[in-house]
Amino acid sequence: MPDGATPFVLDVKDLKTVFRTRGGEVHAVNDVSFTLKPGELLGVVGESGSGKSVTMMSLIRLLPMPPAEIRGGSVMFEGQDLAHVPEETMRAIRGARIGMVFQDPMTSLNPVFTVGFQIMEPLRKHMGLSKSKAANRAVELMELVGINDARRRLGDYPHQFSGGMRQRVMIAIALACDPKVLIADEPTTALDVTIQAQILELIKDLRQKLGMAIVWITHDLGVIAGIADRVMVMYGGQVVEQAPVRELFANPQHPYTRMLLETVPHIRGERSEKLRVIQGQPPMMGKAPDSCPFRVRCPHAFDRCAEQNPPRFDVGPSHDAACFWDFKTGAPRHV
Amino acid sequence: MLTYTIRRLILAIPTLLFISFIIFLIVKLSPSDPTAGLPLTIPPEVREQIRQSLGVNDPILIQYFKWLKLMLWDEPLHLLEGWTGLNVAPDGARIISYQTRSPVMELIMQRMPQTLWVVGTSYIVGILIALPLGIISAYKQYSIFDQVGTFVSMVGFSVPTFFTGVLFIVIFAVNLGWFPSVYNTTHVVTDWPSFVVQVKQIIMPVMVLGLYNASQISRYMRASMLDNLNQDYVRTARAKGLNEKVVVLVHVLRNSMIPVVTVIALNIPAVFGGAIITEQVFKVNGIGQLLIIAIQGGDVPVVQTVSFIFAVLIVLFNLLADVLYGVLDPRIRYD
Ligand SMILES: Nc1ncnc2c1ncn2[C@@H]1O[C@H](COP(=O)(O)OP(=O)(O)OP(=O)(O)O)[C@@H](O)[C@H]1O
Ligand code: SF4
Ligand SMILES: [Mg+2]
Repeated sequence: MPDGATPFVLDVKDLKTVFRTRGGEVHAVNDVSFTLKPGELLGVVGESGSGKSVTMMSLIRLLPMPPAEIRGGSVMFEGQDLAHVPEETMRAIRGARIGMVFQDPMTSLNPVFTVGFQIMEPLRKHMGLSKSKAANRAVELMELVGINDARRRLGDYPHQFSGGMRQRVMIAIALACDPKVLIADEPTTALDVTIQAQILELIKDLRQKLGMAIVWITHDLGVIAGIADRVMVMYGGQVVEQAPVRELFANPQHPYTRMLLETVPHIRGERSEKLRVIQGQPPMMGKAPDSCPFRVRCPHAFDRCAEQNPPRFDVGPSHDAACFWDFKTGAPRHV
Repeated sequence: MLTYTIRRLILAIPTLLFISFIIFLIVKLSPSDPTAGLPLTIPPEVREQIRQSLGVNDPILIQYFKWLKLMLWDEPLHLLEGWTGLNVAPDGARIISYQTRSPVMELIMQRMPQTLWVVGTSYIVGILIALPLGIISAYKQYSIFDQVGTFVSMVGFSVPTFFTGVLFIVIFAVNLGWFPSVYNTTHVVTDWPSFVVQVKQIIMPVMVLGLYNASQISRYMRASMLDNLNQDYVRTARAKGLNEKVVVLVHVLRNSMIPVVTVIALNIPAVFGGAIITEQVFKVNGIGQLLIIAIQGGDVPVVQTVSFIFAVLIVLFNLLADVLYGVLDPRIRYD
């Protein structure tokens, strides 16, 4: 792989995204850093508005600009900094090297074009395939994602597919050009529980077969536990904790993560229980934070939390948490 | 789709019969006298004989059925004969204009080309201006272009054509002397110079009507584009790495055109109606002028026939709009 020296497919450092709106600025992503190893599945959790989507959309520059503005940071991917490459280069990467699947399969496909056309589009654009070759590949892809009778269904329109099937089509589109990274933004949230489970199985299966790295955004810690290698917890546009999945569940080191885990329903797969049940208001994001964003809701908050925004401290092997409270000693950190 | 179209066509028959009856009644019951336009020296007995011979003293239903038969059977056959040269026209009576004593259908056929030229060109010009205007306005929402465009189309939409028409005449014909103020219908295009004359005389009526149509259609186009630009499928198209031209002109435009095409089809009869005024302003002797003169002269058969033709146009274009909707939107299945 011509990746240079880094062991990462994706290396995001200090990413900062701001929306300039009429009511002032919204600091949606504040110095977010994370990495992704080849073939790894990174789960991203956090309550609504914590900046999960905006972070991922920023790194492939899929946000409307304006109002969005990437104010800093770097996104290293295949030896290039995506935060600074020309739009032309970015377009060649989107849909080819990095695929995306979104939340709502009912609205994510264009209603007036056939499913075949929509799967073939990236194939023709990025791989320069002829129409018939692209059609053959589209059939392969549809079979790969578990759509029966693929050749015939090529000419069907999205409304002729069920929600789960449409999400499979979306996955086929995202995987069309054999991407290095797949970003899945709550791909199962809008689906029935049984369909959700099928899509999860499909992704696990495709990951085995194709070996791409995946960023999986979700509200559902149950899903994360079943599928992720590593988890990143976001709050107020920041990464508050990051750890391998078992470590995170067994040994959470940020008060917010702990509260999240307490709200996880005991019966796995029950998804009515959302992360919103934590008491208190999410933080205002009108300016870059100069104190801990979780302070108002945190049971451990103390004076330092109001004076400084905690950096990410190493709290274990490849485990960090952005908190001044040390759960191991039950006292403030001395750093 | 075909059965739907046929069903709609069959349904159109009672609708049109009903409309024809209403038109007939309204025009008939208006207090006008077919002999009013005749010289005052004609004595009342002669006038009464003339009325008798025109059949206006018959019971109203009899008059209606006579007229209807001529309108739906004899006159179309005469038209057919006129167009194809086949000898199919029946011999009997025709719908005769009180004023000119010639068959109404012939008058209409004489006037139709002028109206079609002016109305047709102005509608095409209107569409050609409106579509790019609406597309760019929506894509660059709130830009200077959009603000100016929206303002101008609002003005164009709210100022009546008889005002813009006169304004154009004052500016371009009277003050600048660029174009003639009166449309010369007898002008025949034989060579390049006479073509230039034709273009010069048609410009003003076409611009007046065209700008009015453009302001209306561009508002629809803009609104429809804006609706679609925020849809999820647009994000999907961008996530595939397609360039903006493809995203906007293929994905968004194809969806946005569905309601706009419908509106364009629905509006065609209304444009004929609007042409009545423009023809009056520029002295184009088309259908509109024929109608106005007939109304002023109490020429009942002409008013009835022209009104009925407008009614047929409205019903047909309504049908066309619905069929087009089904053709353009794969989600619509009428059968
Ligand atoms: N177009 C926009 N203009 C202004 N602010 C925005 C815009 N899009 C997102 N934001 C803000 O950015 C913040 C992060 O939003 P984001 O969509 O990333 O949250 P999320 O974690 O994905 O939430 P969810 O779980 O609901 O998807 C929110 O506070 C939101 O209000
Ligand atoms: S830094 Fe302070 S306020 Fe923030 S989470 Fe830790 S203890 Fe709570
Ligand atoms: Mg989101």
